[in-house]
Amino acid sequence: MSHQAAPVKAKFWTPGVVVLAVLMAAGGGAIIARFIGGIGYVSNLTTARPWGLWIGVDVASGVALAAGGFTTAFLAHIIGRHYYEAVVRPALLTAMLGYTFVVLGLLVDIGRSWAIWKPMLYWNPTSVLFEVAMCVMFYLNVLYLEFLPIVVERFKGRVNLPGPLAALNAPVDGLLRLADAVLPKIMWVFIILGVVLSCMHQSSLGSLMLIAPTKLHPLWYTPILPLLFLTSAIAVGYPMVVFETTLATTSLKLDSEMKVLTPLTRITIFLLGLYLALKVGDMVVRGTYVYLLDGTAQTNAFLVELIFGVIVPWLMLLSPAVRRSRRGLFIACTLIVVGVLVNRLNVFVVGYRPPISEANYFPSIGEILVTVGLIATLMFIYRFIITHLPVLARPEQEVRP
Amino acid sequence: MGINRRDFFKILTAAGTAAAGSARPARAWQSRAPSDPVGCLVDLTRCIGCRKCEEACNRVNGLPAPDRRFEDLTVLDRNRRPDERTYTVVNRYTSEMIDERDQLIPTFVKLQCMHCQDPACASACIVGALSKKENGAVHYDVSKCIGCRYCMVACPFEIPAYEYHDPITPRVMKCTFCYERVQTENKLPGCAEICPVEAITFGRRSDILAEAKRRIKNNPGRYIDHVYGEKEVGGTSWMYLSGVPFEKLGFNSLPETPMPRLAETIQHSLFSYLWSPIVLFGMLGGVMWASKDKGDRADNHKDGGDR
Repeated sequence: MSHQAAPVKAKFWTPGVVVLAVLMAAGGGAIIARFIGGIGYVSNLTTARPWGLWIGVDVASGVALAAGGFTTAFLAHIIGRHYYEAVVRPALLTAMLGYTFVVLGLLVDIGRSWAIWKPMLYWNPTSVLFEVAMCVMFYLNVLYLEFLPIVVERFKGRVNLPGPLAALNAPVDGLLRLADAVLPKIMWVFIILGVVLSCMHQSSLGSLMLIAPTKLHPLWYTPILPLLFLTSAIAVGYPMVVFETTLATTSLKLDSEMKVLTPLTRITIFLLGLYLALKVGDMVVRGTYVYLLDGTAQTNAFLVELIFGVIVPWLMLLSPAVRRSRRGLFIACTLIVVGVLVNRLNVFVVGYRPPISEANYFPSIGEILVTVGLIATLMFIYRFIITHLPVLARPEQEVRP
Repeated sequence: MGINRRDFFKILTAAGTAAAGSARPARAWQSRAPSDPVGCLVDLTRCIGCRKCEEACNRVNGLPAPDRRFEDLTVLDRNRRPDERTYTVVNRYTSEMIDERDQLIPTFVKLQCMHCQDPACASACIVGALSKKENGAVHYDVSKCIGCRYCMVACPFEIPAYEYHDPITPRVMKCTFCYERVQTENKLPGCAEICPVEAITFGRRSDILAEAKRRIKNNPGRYIDHVYGEKEVGGTSWMYLSGVPFEKLGFNSLPETPMPRLAETIQHSLFSYLWSPIVLFGMLGGVMWASKDKGDRADNHKDGGDR
């Protein structure tokens, strides 16, 4: 098969990677400040605005944009479209890193980071957040298990630990061989489980805000918020794969994979169209279109989200010429990705209006540095992993001379 | 192996279908409110803004000393909210009403946790650190708290405050309804005990609600016909009487539906006994098994169709 993956042979310390390292250091500084002076020392969060940028981007958007993992697994492994296997591994890596950083972001955001394990002991089944936390915890482990075969493939029979650790070579290799023998037989359980867990917590993330009917702007507060979160997560899965594959292949001068990406996004026309229909239908049924022209910041944010994040890219994808053009496809998919990001930010930050205190909130420099630092770290580790593990498809020929 | 897996999926799909069939229609949402909790009635027409309740609350709960002494009434010039160092505050509102000496008549409003009958915070809390006690208090157990602040997102009264400047062990801070004093020492809440003008009446919720209605009936000119907290968000343990419309006193209009109702109904109808994940797992397993069989055929590696 032509989709053999291989470690990317490229220089690691490029100027872009140096920039990432600087952003990581800045974010690290902000995180240290948070654990010395408290959340209030680095953030603008208040009693009226308990959730801000960290929940909106690091957690809610992180989870949504990791949806490429379960949507490609569904396509390639569950309905057996092996044609798309070339993008399964990068999507899986993105999901694994995305969820890891959701947890890291939570460790910064929750006040008692050391107590993050407590939901495992103290269950509150009425809490939507409890269900989300359990699903995310299990799914993170599922993702690590799904990724394990890639590690096994790279290191089986080639374990060569440095220095005194060399004594462990044989046992580690034994473990890898054991994993190699067992994992293929049981992997189907985890692949299905990954899709099930994703559907559960992607929708429940939307249910989180249903408990605050007086605080979330009516343009977003709807009983079908969980359904909107689920459909938008499914719809953003493949565009996220395009976005991230295009960035990686451009940055590393690899094949552009258009023969996989173009048909992949044909499915997105249907998925994004479904989301658009639900979103507009909900607006019509609940009559919330009356807010559309009132000119407030919330309404404008909603219009930006709907027009540039859903309608424009959907119309773009309808055109076969756009789907076949590397640039056109990248722009359309970037709009969808940013649209989902804006939607999650709108639900958790912009659309959230505490009616009594009417507190305004804008993220502080510290909050922005933490978020940017975490994203930079994610990209840094992504690049590190693809240069050491077989994730991206082996290039068939050089695209550029 | 193939046979085993095939059989397994058949069983799984059958079990999933059975689970789907037996899943009862979403049960009506049930309030878990205690039937006859204690509560407090705040009669705003009696409050004189002396801040004795703030002082007593501070002492009883061992809260940090205030920036300005409780005797200093100039703090009333600015509207305040309860925060992580203050469980209750009194604010002054002035209406158009003028007394016999042409002075604007102020109305003082004491704010604290309302101790909802079906508290959104307790429903939202990921670990159950917040819970509605049988006596009516919404109780915070710091030993379970992880600091996610979802309770603060959920609270319609914007009451729980957070120790944002504690880096390691911050707490959610809000009125405790003097839970220990009331439950084990058989005393009144600190604020209700000290109030010099009996603006705060402590008692069984049913009794003080009846008392509130009696006061309105006996003195219709003095009160507007609304007991705030009787029905708001399904009822609260703290209730208010006022001579001025509540909207003019910083109270927000709230639905009579308990806040947790929609989220809990959706979550429970979707996930009770994990029926929907099990059905989905079974269905996906069936699809995977079906496409596996097809896998030997040539069309398995076909591309995604036309572009």
